[in-house]
Amino acid sequence: MSDGRQREAKSARWEHFPHGADIGVRGLGPTKAAAFEQAALAMTAVMTDPAAVGHDEAVEIKAEAPNADFLLLDWLNALVFEMATRRMIFGAFDVAISGNRLEATARGEAVSRERHAPAVEIKGATMTELRVAEDQPGTWRAQCVVDV
Amino acid sequence: MDTARFEKLSETAWQVPPKGAMRVPAIIYATEDLIRDMDDKVFEQVTNVAALPGIVRASYAMPDAHWGYGFPIGGVAAFDADEGGVVSAGGVGFDVSCGVRTHLTHLTRADIMAVQQPLADALYAHVPAGVGSEGNIALDDHEMTAMLAGGAGWAVEQGYGHAGDLERIEETGCQKDADPAAVSEQARKRQRREMGTLGSGNHYLEVQVVSEIFDEAAACAFGLERGECVVTIHCGSRGLGHQIGTEFLREMAIAAESYGISLPDRELACAPIKSEVGQRYLGAMRSAINCAIANREIIGHLTRQVFARFFRHGELPLLFDVSHNTCKVEMHAVDGEERKLYIHRKGATRAFGPGHATLPEALRAVGQPVLIGGSMGTESYVLVGTGEGEARAFSSACHGAGRQMSRHQALKTWYGRQVVDELRARGVIIKSPSMRGVAEEAPGAYKNVRAVVDAAEAAGLAKKVAKLSPLICIKG
Repeated sequence: MSDGRQREAKSARWEHFPHGADIGVRGLGPTKAAAFEQAALAMTAVMTDPAAVGHDEAVEIKAEAPNADFLLLDWLNALVFEMATRRMIFGAFDVAISGNRLEATARGEAVSRERHAPAVEIKGATMTELRVAEDQPGTWRAQCVVDV
Repeated sequence: MDTARFEKLSETAWQVPPKGAMRVPAIIYATEDLIRDMDDKVFEQVTNVAALPGIVRASYAMPDAHWGYGFPIGGVAAFDADEGGVVSAGGVGFDVSCGVRTHLTHLTRADIMAVQQPLADALYAHVPAGVGSEGNIALDDHEMTAMLAGGAGWAVEQGYGHAGDLERIEETGCQKDADPAAVSEQARKRQRREMGTLGSGNHYLEVQVVSEIFDEAAACAFGLERGECVVTIHCGSRGLGHQIGTEFLREMAIAAESYGISLPDRELACAPIKSEVGQRYLGAMRSAINCAIANREIIGHLTRQVFARFFRHGELPLLFDVSHNTCKVEMHAVDGEERKLYIHRKGATRAFGPGHATLPEALRAVGQPVLIGGSMGTESYVLVGTGEGEARAFSSACHGAGRQMSRHQALKTWYGRQVVDELRARGVIIKSPSMRGVAEEAPGAYKNVRAVVDAAEAAGLAKKVAKLSPLICIKG
């Protein structure tokens, strides 16, 4: 752990990065899809510890966008929408990406004030620091700032 | 930021003359110390806004400016539709019409302290706060449309609030020309169970005591007396506004090129006012303003219900309700000519001066109350709009303290329990569903709000009337 807010899982991991009023989420992984999964975990970690979230219920999510940056934006905002309307919190993600289309399963449970004690609600994923890139062969980064 | 990047106009006004793509100057109202503490991103953002089509006079930043999305938070800019002016979803932000209202109680500090803990518990139990909390009001699609068109007036018709509140809300509690049909199904769905909820983050409900008066005449007109208590509520348009912001930021960022607008930053997402997407956004954004003021009216009603259990006189008249994240059509004098302008205020408060025709009669001679929220557990301020504010920044002022430390850093610096205990020792009760949330909002994570309001006063944006100190804070 580099700063206490970073978790490693094989070669995929997530981290937060600072922003003046809000917080940045960054997913890193061997594939674009893995980086997207980790970015979603980083977003959950803005609210609560992802490890404390059960995987009882699965929600299917599809998205399509003009480019990879907007696909990440749409993916995270679809999760924000599902969490808000289903009163859920997600702790595990399976993402498949083909071109600029995404199909994913998010697993989670009903949000609990007692068990999850969510710190903040996410208003939306933003275009600030929005970037999807293969920094080195086999190392993908997917990141943006989320408004809380 | 390095002040050498600015031309100093006065101790509290600093200008960047137009250069490169800038069409107008950028002006920051702040002291040298406040500017030094600002992120360089504020410079970048306030000068980027100066490059947008149809901008009038200048791109402004308030004393509490900090790094925002496209616009700085604390950014003010006016656009003329007849000169190709734009409306920007980034210039309004995600939490459309997030704002503050203050109710008078005419109860003394001793009255509140006699029931401080049970009152705090009752407010916490009765006003839904925090992630996943639901209001008791579920709106079907027909009711949602009526709320989006009617604003706080709708809430009063439904029995939430008093008719007398409406003249104490900007635009008398209803933003006209809202277009509920422009609000997506997703945005409606996000709002279905969220009316009357406080939200989270920096949103709060506080019981505060008037601890200092700076302007006796204005305080008297506002009904503020030293030693008496008020209730201040800070929240916004909830999921509906967030969804509208999300959808239009994306749409405008992609569409800008087709309108020949070159965006230096995608978050400046905008469209010509006289375009299909511009008009659709204005209709949706105005609906979100109505949602926010209806929401605050309902929370005011819930607060009155709690006070009525403890005190025989639970009237809680509304002092005023201001919105921070808006684009509003206003008439302003520019070089001696009255012009219809689209005023974007992102994290900034409208601050009409004395004599403004839209103010209620009881306030008109004095000016508009400008409510400045401090950080959790520290002081807040009531200011009043000035006559000179019109020329300074289209009658706009700061909106709060502004963060000086990221959430990330705040979490490393404080534990929530420690913050709650320290404030308790100073006589302030904090109630929150999340200790981590409390740590992220620790008072030390924010700038000194006194320095911000002093700078606003010195710059002529608004004048200090009263200081409010918290006794109870319900934090979302």
